[in-house]
Amino acid sequence: MTANPTPQPSFSGDHRSPARAALNRWKAGVGLAVLPHRQPEVKATAKVSLQGISLSYKANGGTQLLALEDINLKVNPGEFVCVVGPSGCGKSTLLHLIAGLQQPTSGNVRIDDKLVEGPGTDRILIFQELGLFPWLTVGENVEFGMKMKGISKAERQEKIQYYLRLVHLAKFKDSYIHQLSGGMRQRVALARALATEPDVLLMDEPFAALDAQTRDLLHDELERIWAETGRTIIFVTHNVREAVRLGDRVVLFTFRPGRVKREFLIDLPRPRQLEDVTVAKTAREILDDLREEINKSLEAEYSHEAAR
Amino acid sequence: MKRLARYLVFYSVLIGVWLLLAKLKVWPPYVFPTPQGVMESLWAGFADHSFWIAIGVSMKRMLLGYSLSVILGMVLGLGVASNKFLEQTMGGLLVSLQSLPSICWLPLAVLWFGLTEKAILFVVVMGSLLSVTIAMETGRQQMPKIYGMAGRNLGARGFQLFWHVLLPASLPYIVSGLKQGWAFAWRSLISGEMIFVSLGLGQMLMMGRDLNDMSLVIAVMILIVAIGYIVDGLVFRTIERRLQQKWGLTPAT
Repeated sequence: MTANPTPQPSFSGDHRSPARAALNRWKAGVGLAVLPHRQPEVKATAKVSLQGISLSYKANGGTQLLALEDINLKVNPGEFVCVVGPSGCGKSTLLHLIAGLQQPTSGNVRIDDKLVEGPGTDRILIFQELGLFPWLTVGENVEFGMKMKGISKAERQEKIQYYLRLVHLAKFKDSYIHQLSGGMRQRVALARALATEPDVLLMDEPFAALDAQTRDLLHDELERIWAETGRTIIFVTHNVREAVRLGDRVVLFTFRPGRVKREFLIDLPRPRQLEDVTVAKTAREILDDLREEINKSLEAEYSHEAAR
Repeated sequence: MKRLARYLVFYSVLIGVWLLLAKLKVWPPYVFPTPQGVMESLWAGFADHSFWIAIGVSMKRMLLGYSLSVILGMVLGLGVASNKFLEQTMGGLLVSLQSLPSICWLPLAVLWFGLTEKAILFVVVMGSLLSVTIAMETGRQQMPKIYGMAGRNLGARGFQLFWHVLLPASLPYIVSGLKQGWAFAWRSLISGEMIFVSLGLGQMLMMGRDLNDMSLVIAVMILIVAIGYIVDGLVFRTIERRLQQKWGLTPAT
Protein backbone atom coordinates (compact mmCIF):
# COMPACT_ATOMS: atom_id res chain seq x y z
CA MET A 1 0.00 0.00 0.00
CA THR A 2 2.86 2.34 0.82
CA ALA A 3 4.64 1.66 -2.48
CA ASN A 4 1.87 3.23 -4.51
CA PRO A 5 3.48 5.66 -6.94
CA THR A 6 1.10 8.57 -6.68
CA PRO A 7 1.81 11.06 -9.46
CA GLN A 8 2.79 14.54 -8.45
CA PRO A 9 0.00 17.01 -9.11
CA SER A 10 0.18 19.32 -12.07
CA PHE A 11 -0.63 22.23 -9.80
CA SER A 12 1.82 23.28 -7.17
CA GLY A 13 2.05 25.86 -4.49
CA ASP A 14 4.73 27.42 -2.40
CA HIS A 15 4.30 24.74 0.22
CA ARG A 16 6.24 22.34 -1.92
CA SER A 17 9.79 23.27 -1.05
CA PRO A 18 9.62 21.94 2.50
CA ALA A 19 7.90 18.98 0.92
CA ARG A 20 10.93 18.07 -1.05
CA ALA A 21 13.09 18.48 1.99
CA ALA A 22 10.83 16.25 4.00
CA LEU A 23 10.71 13.71 1.21
CA ASN A 24 14.47 13.56 0.96
CA ARG A 25 14.70 13.22 4.69
CA TRP A 26 12.23 10.44 4.55
CA LYS A 27 13.93 8.61 1.69
CA ALA A 28 17.32 8.95 3.30
CA GLY A 29 15.92 7.45 6.45
CA VAL A 30 17.46 10.17 8.53
CA GLY A 31 15.64 11.66 11.48
CA LEU A 32 14.98 15.36 11.54
CA ALA A 33 18.02 17.37 12.44
CA VAL A 34 17.65 18.84 15.87
CA LEU A 35 15.82 22.09 16.00
CA PRO A 36 17.41 24.06 18.81
CA HIS A 37 15.05 24.84 21.62
CA ARG A 38 13.50 28.30 21.61
CA GLN A 39 16.28 30.16 19.98
CA PRO A 40 15.45 33.69 18.96
CA GLU A 41 16.29 33.20 15.25
CA VAL A 42 13.73 30.41 15.01
CA LYS A 43 11.00 32.98 15.49
CA ALA A 44 11.45 34.45 12.04
CA THR A 45 10.91 31.14 10.29
CA ALA A 46 8.26 29.57 12.52
CA LYS A 47 5.14 28.45 10.67
CA VAL A 48 2.98 28.40 13.75
CA SER A 49 3.87 30.29 16.85
CA LEU A 50 1.92 30.38 20.07
CA GLN A 51 2.81 33.13 22.48
CA GLY A 52 1.64 33.10 26.07
CA ILE A 53 -1.65 31.42 25.28
CA SER A 54 -4.04 31.12 28.21
CA LEU A 55 -7.67 30.19 28.15
CA SER A 56 -10.13 30.22 30.99
CA TYR A 57 -13.83 29.69 30.93
CA LYS A 58 -16.71 29.74 33.37
CA ALA A 59 -17.41 26.33 34.87
CA ASN A 60 -20.87 25.23 35.97
CA GLY A 61 -20.50 26.63 39.48
CA GLY A 62 -19.60 30.05 38.12
CA THR A 63 -15.94 29.63 39.03
CA GLN A 64 -13.28 30.46 36.47
CA LEU A 65 -11.57 27.35 35.21
CA LEU A 66 -8.12 27.67 33.68
CA ALA A 67 -7.89 25.27 30.75
CA LEU A 68 -4.61 26.41 29.22
CA GLU A 69 -1.87 28.38 30.87
CA ASP A 70 0.95 30.27 29.20
CA ILE A 71 1.54 28.02 26.23
CA ASN A 72 4.58 28.93 24.18
CA LEU A 73 5.25 26.78 21.19
CA LYS A 74 6.89 27.24 17.81
CA VAL A 75 6.41 24.87 14.94
CA ASN A 76 8.71 24.98 11.92
CA PRO A 77 7.50 24.74 8.34
CA GLY A 78 7.09 21.10 7.34
CA GLU A 79 7.49 19.89 10.90
CA PHE A 80 5.39 17.09 12.37
CA VAL A 81 4.65 17.94 15.99
CA CYS A 82 2.70 15.65 18.26
CA VAL A 83 1.01 16.98 21.39
CA VAL A 84 0.51 14.41 24.12
CA GLY A 85 -1.27 14.72 27.42
CA PRO A 86 -3.89 13.13 29.63
CA SER A 87 -7.49 13.63 28.60
CA GLY A 88 -8.82 16.94 29.82
CA CYS A 89 -5.51 18.77 29.48
CA GLY A 90 -6.86 21.11 26.83
CA LYS A 91 -4.97 19.77 23.85
CA SER A 92 -8.08 19.70 21.67
CA THR A 93 -8.88 23.23 22.78
CA LEU A 94 -5.42 24.26 21.68
CA LEU A 95 -6.16 23.04 18.15
CA HIS A 96 -9.44 24.96 18.12
CA LEU A 97 -7.49 28.08 19.07
CA ILE A 98 -4.98 27.57 16.27
CA ALA A 99 -7.84 26.91 13.86
CA GLY A 100 -9.38 30.21 14.95
CA LEU A 101 -12.66 28.62 16.02
CA GLN A 102 -12.09 29.90 19.55
CA GLN A 103 -10.24 32.89 20.91
CA PRO A 104 -7.66 32.66 23.71
CA THR A 105 -8.22 34.65 26.89
CA SER A 106 -4.73 36.01 26.53
CA GLY A 107 -1.77 35.51 24.25
CA ASN A 108 -1.87 35.07 20.52
CA VAL A 109 -1.54 32.60 17.70
CA ARG A 110 0.53 33.53 14.68
CA ILE A 111 0.85 31.82 11.35
CA ASP A 112 3.88 33.02 9.39
CA ASP A 113 4.00 35.90 11.85
CA LYS A 114 0.43 36.93 10.96
CA LEU A 115 -2.02 37.14 13.81
CA VAL A 116 -4.87 34.59 13.70
CA GLU A 117 -8.21 36.31 14.16
CA GLY A 118 -10.59 33.65 12.89
CA PRO A 119 -10.81 30.50 10.82
CA GLY A 120 -8.81 30.46 7.62
CA THR A 121 -8.00 27.93 4.97
CA ASP A 122 -4.28 28.24 5.59
CA ARG A 123 -4.87 25.85 8.49
CA ILE A 124 -7.41 23.09 8.52
CA LEU A 125 -8.50 21.13 11.55
CA ILE A 126 -9.50 17.51 11.29
CA PHE A 127 -11.94 17.07 14.14
CA GLN A 128 -11.93 14.06 16.38
CA GLU A 129 -15.50 13.33 15.27
CA LEU A 130 -14.50 14.30 11.70
CA GLY A 131 -17.57 16.39 10.89
CA LEU A 132 -17.89 15.00 7.39
CA PHE A 133 -21.06 16.19 5.68
CA PRO A 134 -23.51 13.28 5.35
CA TRP A 135 -25.59 15.09 2.71
CA LEU A 136 -22.65 15.19 0.30
CA THR A 137 -20.85 12.41 -1.50
CA VAL A 138 -17.21 11.65 -0.77
CA GLY A 139 -16.15 13.69 -3.79
CA GLU A 140 -18.36 16.63 -2.82
CA ASN A 141 -16.97 16.54 0.70
CA VAL A 142 -13.45 16.80 -0.67
CA GLU A 143 -14.62 19.56 -3.00
CA PHE A 144 -16.25 21.63 -0.26
CA GLY A 145 -13.30 23.71 0.92
CA MET A 146 -12.19 24.42 -2.65
CA LYS A 147 -15.70 25.53 -3.56
CA MET A 148 -15.69 27.96 -0.65
CA LYS A 149 -12.36 29.28 -1.84
CA GLY A 150 -13.85 29.92 -5.28
CA ILE A 151 -11.62 27.57 -7.22
CA SER A 152 -12.86 26.85 -10.75
CA LYS A 153 -14.88 23.74 -11.38
CA ALA A 154 -12.38 22.10 -13.71
CA GLU A 155 -9.57 22.56 -11.24
CA ARG A 156 -11.75 21.26 -8.43
CA GLN A 157 -12.52 18.08 -10.34
CA GLU A 158 -8.85 17.53 -11.03
CA LYS A 159 -7.94 18.00 -7.40
CA ILE A 160 -10.74 15.76 -6.15
CA GLN A 161 -9.26 13.01 -8.29
CA TYR A 162 -5.76 13.73 -7.11
CA TYR A 163 -6.53 13.82 -3.39
CA LEU A 164 -8.85 10.84 -3.45
CA ARG A 165 -6.14 8.87 -5.18
CA LEU A 166 -3.69 10.08 -2.57
CA VAL A 167 -5.79 8.50 0.18
CA HIS A 168 -6.70 5.47 -1.97
CA LEU A 169 -10.38 6.27 -2.21
CA ALA A 170 -10.72 7.13 -5.90
CA LYS A 171 -13.33 4.41 -6.36
CA PHE A 172 -15.56 5.83 -3.67
CA LYS A 173 -16.00 9.31 -5.09
CA ASP A 174 -19.76 8.93 -5.44
CA SER A 175 -20.42 7.07 -2.20
CA TYR A 176 -22.09 8.65 0.77
CA ILE A 177 -20.30 8.88 4.09
CA HIS A 178 -22.49 6.35 5.88
CA GLN A 179 -21.48 3.72 3.35
CA LEU A 180 -17.82 3.88 4.38
CA SER A 181 -15.92 2.18 7.19
CA GLY A 182 -14.29 4.13 10.00
CA GLY A 183 -10.86 4.06 8.42
CA MET A 184 -12.22 5.20 5.08
CA ARG A 185 -14.05 8.09 6.72
CA GLN A 186 -10.79 9.09 8.34
CA ARG A 187 -9.18 9.22 4.93
CA VAL A 188 -12.01 11.25 3.46
CA ALA A 189 -11.51 13.77 6.25
CA LEU A 190 -7.81 13.82 5.47
CA ALA A 191 -8.45 14.31 1.74
CA ARG A 192 -11.01 17.04 2.45
CA ALA A 193 -8.52 18.88 4.63
CA LEU A 194 -5.63 18.46 2.19
CA ALA A 195 -7.71 19.56 -0.79
CA THR A 196 -7.96 23.13 0.50
CA GLU A 197 -4.15 23.03 0.44
CA PRO A 198 -3.56 24.37 3.93
CA ASP A 199 -0.05 25.10 5.12
CA VAL A 200 -0.89 23.65 8.48
CA LEU A 201 -2.84 20.51 9.20
CA LEU A 202 -4.30 20.20 12.69
CA MET A 203 -5.33 16.70 13.69
CA ASP A 204 -7.32 15.96 16.83
CA GLU A 205 -6.89 12.34 17.92
CA PRO A 206 -7.84 11.24 14.44
CA PHE A 207 -7.08 7.56 14.85
CA ALA A 208 -8.34 7.04 18.39
CA ALA A 209 -11.49 5.19 17.43
CA LEU A 210 -9.93 2.85 14.88
CA ASP A 211 -8.86 -0.76 15.17
CA ALA A 212 -5.13 -1.44 15.38
CA GLN A 213 -4.65 -2.67 11.79
CA THR A 214 -6.45 0.28 10.24
CA ARG A 215 -4.54 2.65 12.45
CA ASP A 216 -1.17 1.18 11.45
CA LEU A 217 -2.12 1.52 7.82
CA LEU A 218 -3.20 5.12 8.26
CA HIS A 219 0.02 5.92 10.11
CA ASP A 220 1.96 4.76 7.07
CA GLU A 221 -0.27 6.73 4.76
CA LEU A 222 -0.16 9.88 6.83
CA GLU A 223 3.61 9.72 6.98
CA ARG A 224 3.80 9.24 3.24
CA ILE A 225 1.34 12.04 2.51
CA TRP A 226 3.15 14.34 4.90
CA ALA A 227 6.42 13.60 3.10
CA GLU A 228 4.81 14.09 -0.30
CA THR A 229 2.92 17.27 0.44
CA GLY A 230 5.24 18.87 2.97
CA ARG A 231 2.51 20.19 5.22
CA THR A 232 3.17 21.29 8.74
CA ILE A 233 1.25 18.97 11.01
CA ILE A 234 0.18 19.42 14.61
CA PHE A 235 -1.17 16.11 15.80
CA VAL A 236 -2.91 15.69 19.12
CA THR A 237 -3.09 12.26 20.73
CA HIS A 238 -3.13 10.58 24.11
CA ASN A 239 -1.15 7.66 22.70
CA VAL A 240 2.54 8.24 23.35
CA ARG A 241 3.69 5.49 21.01
CA GLU A 242 1.66 6.95 18.19
CA ALA A 243 3.24 10.32 18.90
CA VAL A 244 6.75 8.87 18.76
CA ARG A 245 5.90 6.85 15.66
CA LEU A 246 4.81 9.97 13.77
CA GLY A 247 6.36 13.07 15.24
CA ASP A 248 9.56 15.00 14.68
CA ARG A 249 8.88 16.38 18.10
CA VAL A 250 6.62 15.38 20.95
CA VAL A 251 5.23 18.04 23.26
CA LEU A 252 4.02 16.81 26.59
CA PHE A 253 1.19 18.69 28.30
CA THR A 254 0.40 18.82 31.99
CA PHE A 255 -3.03 18.05 33.35
CA ARG A 256 -5.31 21.00 34.02
CA PRO A 257 -4.35 23.69 33.49
CA GLY A 258 -2.63 22.54 30.31
CA ARG A 259 0.96 23.70 30.21
CA VAL A 260 3.89 22.53 28.17
CA LYS A 261 5.68 20.19 30.53
CA ARG A 262 8.50 18.99 28.29
CA GLU A 263 9.44 18.68 24.67
CA PHE A 264 11.17 15.68 23.16
CA LEU A 265 12.96 15.68 19.84
CA ILE A 266 12.48 12.39 18.06
CA ASP A 267 15.35 11.89 15.66
CA LEU A 268 14.68 8.27 14.86
CA PRO A 269 14.98 7.30 11.19
CA ARG A 270 11.85 7.20 9.04
CA PRO A 271 9.77 5.37 8.06
CA ARG A 272 9.16 4.09 11.55
CA GLN A 273 6.92 1.36 12.81
CA LEU A 274 4.87 1.29 15.96
CA GLU A 275 6.65 -1.96 16.94
CA ASP A 276 10.17 -0.61 16.49
CA VAL A 277 12.26 -1.14 19.61
CA THR A 278 13.59 2.39 19.37
CA VAL A 279 10.06 3.78 19.18
CA ALA A 280 9.01 1.74 22.18
CA LYS A 281 12.06 2.82 24.14
CA THR A 282 11.53 6.50 23.44
CA ALA A 283 7.85 6.17 24.23
CA ARG A 284 8.78 4.55 27.53
CA GLU A 285 10.80 7.60 28.55
CA ILE A 286 8.03 9.99 27.69
CA LEU A 287 5.47 7.78 29.35
CA ASP A 288 7.32 8.03 32.66
CA ASP A 289 6.81 11.74 32.53
CA LEU A 290 3.26 11.44 31.36
CA ARG A 291 2.29 8.96 34.06
CA GLU A 292 2.58 11.65 36.68
CA GLU A 293 0.04 13.76 34.81
CA ILE A 294 -2.27 10.83 34.22
CA ASN A 295 -2.26 10.12 37.95
CA LYS A 296 -3.20 13.73 38.59
CA SER A 297 -6.10 13.47 36.17
CA LEU A 298 -7.27 10.24 37.78
CA GLU A 299 -7.07 11.79 41.21
CA ALA A 300 -9.14 14.72 40.05
CA GLU A 301 -11.70 12.35 38.67
CA TYR A 302 -11.92 10.30 41.85
CA SER A 303 -12.12 13.27 44.16
CA HIS A 304 -14.88 14.56 41.92
CA GLU A 305 -16.75 11.33 42.37
CA ALA A 306 -16.15 11.27 46.10
CA ALA A 307 -17.50 14.79 46.41
CA ARG A 308 -20.74 13.77 44.77
CA MET B 1 -51.72 -7.81 -1.79
CA LYS B 2 -53.28 -8.39 1.58
CA ARG B 3 -53.28 -4.67 2.22
CA LEU B 4 -55.02 -4.00 -1.08
CA ALA B 5 -57.67 -6.59 -0.25
CA ARG B 6 -58.24 -4.99 3.12
CA TYR B 7 -58.69 -1.58 1.47
CA LEU B 8 -61.07 -3.05 -1.09
CA VAL B 9 -63.22 -4.69 1.58
CA PHE B 10 -63.27 -1.58 3.75
CA TYR B 11 -64.25 0.82 0.98
CA SER B 12 -66.83 -1.52 -0.57
CA VAL B 13 -68.52 -1.83 2.81
CA LEU B 14 -68.36 1.94 3.33
CA ILE B 15 -69.85 2.72 -0.06
CA GLY B 16 -72.35 -0.13 0.34
CA VAL B 17 -73.69 1.33 3.60
CA TRP B 18 -73.80 4.75 1.95
CA LEU B 19 -75.73 3.37 -1.02
CA LEU B 20 -78.15 1.55 1.27
CA LEU B 21 -78.83 4.64 3.36
CA ALA B 22 -79.36 6.71 0.21
CA LYS B 23 -81.68 4.07 -1.25
CA LEU B 24 -83.79 3.99 1.91
CA LYS B 25 -84.39 7.74 1.38
CA VAL B 26 -84.26 8.47 5.11
CA TRP B 27 -83.09 12.00 4.27
CA PRO B 28 -83.80 14.13 1.21
CA PRO B 29 -80.99 14.10 -1.43
CA TYR B 30 -79.96 17.69 -0.71
CA VAL B 31 -79.06 16.49 2.78
CA PHE B 32 -77.72 13.08 1.93
CA PRO B 33 -76.53 12.55 -1.66
CA THR B 34 -76.12 9.21 -3.41
CA PRO B 35 -72.66 7.91 -4.38
CA GLN B 36 -73.72 8.07 -8.04
CA GLY B 37 -74.67 11.72 -7.60
CA VAL B 38 -71.22 12.51 -6.19
CA MET B 39 -69.52 10.61 -9.03
CA GLU B 40 -71.61 12.55 -11.54
CA SER B 41 -70.69 15.85 -9.91
CA LEU B 42 -67.01 14.90 -10.02
CA TRP B 43 -67.29 13.93 -13.67
CA ALA B 44 -69.22 17.05 -14.60
CA GLY B 45 -66.84 19.28 -12.71
CA PHE B 46 -63.84 17.95 -14.58
CA ALA B 47 -65.70 17.85 -17.87
CA ASP B 48 -66.68 21.55 -17.80
CA HIS B 49 -63.18 22.47 -16.51
CA SER B 50 -64.56 24.21 -13.42
CA PHE B 51 -62.65 21.80 -11.14
CA TRP B 52 -59.43 22.22 -13.10
CA ILE B 53 -59.69 25.98 -12.84
CA ALA B 54 -60.46 25.78 -9.12
CA ILE B 55 -57.54 23.42 -8.51
CA GLY B 56 -55.24 25.63 -10.55
CA VAL B 57 -56.20 28.78 -8.67
CA SER B 58 -55.91 27.08 -5.28
CA MET B 59 -52.55 25.47 -6.07
CA LYS B 60 -51.13 28.74 -7.31
CA ARG B 61 -52.07 30.42 -4.04
CA MET B 62 -50.66 27.49 -2.11
CA LEU B 63 -47.31 27.54 -3.87
CA LEU B 64 -46.93 31.27 -3.51
CA GLY B 65 -48.05 31.40 0.12
CA TYR B 66 -46.14 28.33 1.17
CA SER B 67 -42.88 29.40 -0.46
CA LEU B 68 -43.19 32.77 1.21
CA SER B 69 -43.75 31.22 4.61
CA VAL B 70 -40.87 28.77 4.16
CA ILE B 71 -38.45 31.56 3.33
CA LEU B 72 -39.75 33.82 6.10
CA GLY B 73 -39.94 30.93 8.56
CA MET B 74 -36.37 29.89 7.91
CA VAL B 75 -35.03 33.38 8.45
CA LEU B 76 -37.16 33.87 11.56
CA GLY B 77 -36.37 30.42 12.95
CA LEU B 78 -32.65 30.81 12.44
CA GLY B 79 -32.77 34.27 13.97
CA VAL B 80 -34.62 33.05 17.01
CA ALA B 81 -32.36 30.01 17.40
CA SER B 82 -29.15 31.97 17.17
CA ASN B 83 -30.01 34.61 19.73
CA LYS B 84 -30.59 33.74 23.34
CA PHE B 85 -32.73 36.79 24.09
CA LEU B 86 -34.99 36.19 21.09
CA GLU B 87 -35.21 32.52 21.91
CA GLN B 88 -36.43 33.16 25.43
CA THR B 89 -38.90 35.87 24.42
CA MET B 90 -40.06 35.20 20.87
CA GLY B 91 -39.88 31.43 21.30
CA GLY B 92 -42.74 31.39 23.79
CA LEU B 93 -44.79 33.86 21.78
CA LEU B 94 -44.47 31.74 18.64
CA VAL B 95 -45.65 28.61 20.42
CA SER B 96 -48.64 30.39 21.96
CA LEU B 97 -49.55 32.02 18.64
CA GLN B 98 -49.62 28.58 17.07
CA SER B 99 -52.71 27.74 19.12
CA LEU B 100 -54.56 30.47 17.21
CA PRO B 101 -56.51 28.97 14.28
CA SER B 102 -55.13 30.67 11.20
CA ILE B 103 -58.59 31.67 9.94
CA CYS B 104 -58.67 34.11 12.87
CA TRP B 105 -56.22 36.20 10.87
CA LEU B 106 -58.79 36.69 8.11
CA PRO B 107 -60.74 39.62 9.60
CA LEU B 108 -57.44 41.37 10.18
CA ALA B 109 -56.27 40.54 6.68
CA VAL B 110 -59.49 41.84 5.14
CA LEU B 111 -59.18 45.11 7.00
CA TRP B 112 -55.57 45.47 5.94
CA PHE B 113 -55.77 44.30 2.35
CA GLY B 114 -59.48 44.39 1.51
CA LEU B 115 -61.21 41.50 -0.24
CA THR B 116 -58.17 40.77 -2.34
CA GLU B 117 -55.81 38.01 -3.27
CA LYS B 118 -53.35 39.45 -0.74
CA ALA B 119 -55.75 38.80 2.13
CA ILE B 120 -55.96 35.09 1.25
CA LEU B 121 -52.21 34.89 0.79
CA PHE B 122 -51.75 36.46 4.20
CA VAL B 123 -53.94 33.82 5.82
CA VAL B 124 -52.03 31.03 4.08
CA VAL B 125 -48.69 32.45 5.19
CA MET B 126 -49.86 32.90 8.77
CA GLY B 127 -51.18 29.34 8.73
CA SER B 128 -47.84 27.73 8.02
CA LEU B 129 -45.29 30.34 9.05
CA LEU B 130 -45.29 29.36 12.71
CA SER B 131 -44.84 25.64 12.05
CA VAL B 132 -41.92 26.32 9.75
CA THR B 133 -40.35 28.80 12.16
CA ILE B 134 -40.62 26.48 15.13
CA ALA B 135 -39.32 23.55 13.08
CA MET B 136 -36.37 25.59 11.89
CA GLU B 137 -35.62 26.79 15.39
CA THR B 138 -35.62 23.33 16.93
CA GLY B 139 -33.80 21.90 13.92
CA ARG B 140 -31.03 24.43 14.35
CA GLN B 141 -30.71 23.48 18.00
CA GLN B 142 -30.80 19.72 17.45
CA MET B 143 -28.34 19.84 14.59
CA PRO B 144 -24.90 18.67 15.74
CA LYS B 145 -22.62 21.69 16.29
CA ILE B 146 -19.77 19.96 14.52
CA TYR B 147 -21.17 20.73 11.05
CA GLY B 148 -21.14 24.45 11.62
CA MET B 149 -17.61 24.30 12.99
CA ALA B 150 -16.41 22.09 10.15
CA GLY B 151 -17.98 24.47 7.64
CA ARG B 152 -16.30 27.52 9.14
CA ASN B 153 -13.06 25.60 9.39
CA LEU B 154 -13.21 24.90 5.65
CA GLY B 155 -13.74 28.56 4.85
CA ALA B 156 -17.53 28.93 4.64
CA ARG B 157 -18.84 32.32 5.81
CA GLY B 158 -22.15 34.08 6.21
CA PHE B 159 -24.65 33.13 3.55
CA GLN B 160 -22.40 30.39 2.15
CA LEU B 161 -22.30 28.79 5.58
CA PHE B 162 -26.08 28.97 5.84
CA TRP B 163 -26.78 27.69 2.33
CA HIS B 164 -24.15 24.98 2.04
CA VAL B 165 -23.91 23.78 5.63
CA LEU B 166 -26.54 24.91 8.14
CA LEU B 167 -29.52 24.44 5.85
CA PRO B 168 -28.68 20.95 4.54
CA ALA B 169 -27.48 19.87 7.99
CA SER B 170 -30.78 20.82 9.57
CA LEU B 171 -33.01 19.38 6.80
CA PRO B 172 -33.66 16.01 8.45
CA TYR B 173 -34.74 17.88 11.57
CA ILE B 174 -37.03 20.33 9.79
CA VAL B 175 -38.64 18.22 7.09
CA SER B 176 -41.48 17.12 9.37
CA GLY B 177 -42.08 20.75 10.30
CA LEU B 178 -42.18 21.69 6.61
CA LYS B 179 -44.73 18.95 6.05
CA GLN B 180 -46.86 20.16 8.94
CA GLY B 181 -46.57 23.69 7.57
CA TRP B 182 -47.91 22.51 4.23
CA ALA B 183 -50.90 20.80 5.85
CA PHE B 184 -51.71 23.91 7.89
CA ALA B 185 -51.38 26.14 4.84
CA TRP B 186 -53.72 23.91 2.88
CA ARG B 187 -56.39 24.10 5.58
CA SER B 188 -55.99 27.85 5.95
CA LEU B 189 -56.32 28.33 2.22
CA ILE B 190 -59.57 26.39 1.93
CA SER B 191 -61.06 28.21 4.91
CA GLY B 192 -59.98 31.54 3.48
CA GLU B 193 -61.44 30.78 0.08
CA MET B 194 -64.76 29.83 1.66
CA ILE B 195 -65.21 33.24 3.22
CA PHE B 196 -65.32 35.33 0.09
CA VAL B 197 -65.91 34.78 -3.59
CA SER B 198 -62.53 34.27 -5.14
CA LEU B 199 -62.51 31.12 -7.28
CA GLY B 200 -60.64 28.15 -5.88
CA LEU B 201 -61.73 24.95 -4.20
CA GLY B 202 -63.05 26.66 -1.08
CA GLN B 203 -65.39 28.76 -3.12
CA MET B 204 -66.50 25.65 -5.01
CA LEU B 205 -67.63 24.23 -1.68
CA MET B 206 -69.66 27.34 -0.86
CA MET B 207 -71.16 27.29 -4.33
CA GLY B 208 -72.42 23.77 -3.61
CA ARG B 209 -74.04 25.04 -0.46
CA ASP B 210 -75.63 28.00 -2.24
CA LEU B 211 -77.09 25.71 -4.90
CA ASN B 212 -78.24 23.14 -2.35
CA ASP B 213 -76.04 20.73 -4.31
CA MET B 214 -74.78 18.29 -1.69
CA SER B 215 -73.21 16.06 -4.34
CA LEU B 216 -70.97 18.91 -5.41
CA VAL B 217 -70.02 19.62 -1.78
CA ILE B 218 -68.98 16.03 -1.19
CA ALA B 219 -67.17 15.88 -4.54
CA VAL B 220 -65.09 18.95 -3.70
CA MET B 221 -64.35 17.59 -0.23
CA ILE B 222 -63.05 14.40 -1.83
CA LEU B 223 -60.86 16.50 -4.13
CA ILE B 224 -59.41 18.48 -1.22
CA VAL B 225 -58.55 15.31 0.68
CA ALA B 226 -57.07 13.72 -2.44
CA ILE B 227 -54.81 16.66 -3.23
CA GLY B 228 -53.62 16.87 0.36
CA TYR B 229 -52.84 13.18 0.36
CA ILE B 230 -51.06 13.23 -2.98
CA VAL B 231 -48.80 16.12 -2.06
CA ASP B 232 -47.95 14.51 1.25
CA GLY B 233 -47.27 11.15 -0.35
CA LEU B 234 -45.49 12.28 -3.48
CA VAL B 235 -43.55 15.31 -2.39
CA PHE B 236 -42.81 15.04 1.29
CA ARG B 237 -42.45 11.27 1.58
CA THR B 238 -40.03 11.31 -1.35
CA ILE B 239 -37.95 14.04 0.25
CA GLU B 240 -37.91 12.16 3.53
CA ARG B 241 -36.91 8.91 1.87
CA ARG B 242 -34.12 10.59 -0.10
CA LEU B 243 -32.77 12.24 3.03
CA GLN B 244 -32.83 9.00 4.95
CA GLN B 245 -30.97 7.22 2.17
CA LYS B 246 -28.32 9.89 1.90
CA TRP B 247 -27.74 10.17 5.61
CA GLY B 248 -27.90 6.42 6.14
CA LEU B 249 -30.76 6.65 8.59
CA THR B 250 -33.20 3.78 8.86
CA PRO B 251 -35.20 3.73 5.63
CA ALA B 252 -38.92 4.27 5.90
CA THR B 253 -40.85 1.06 5.41
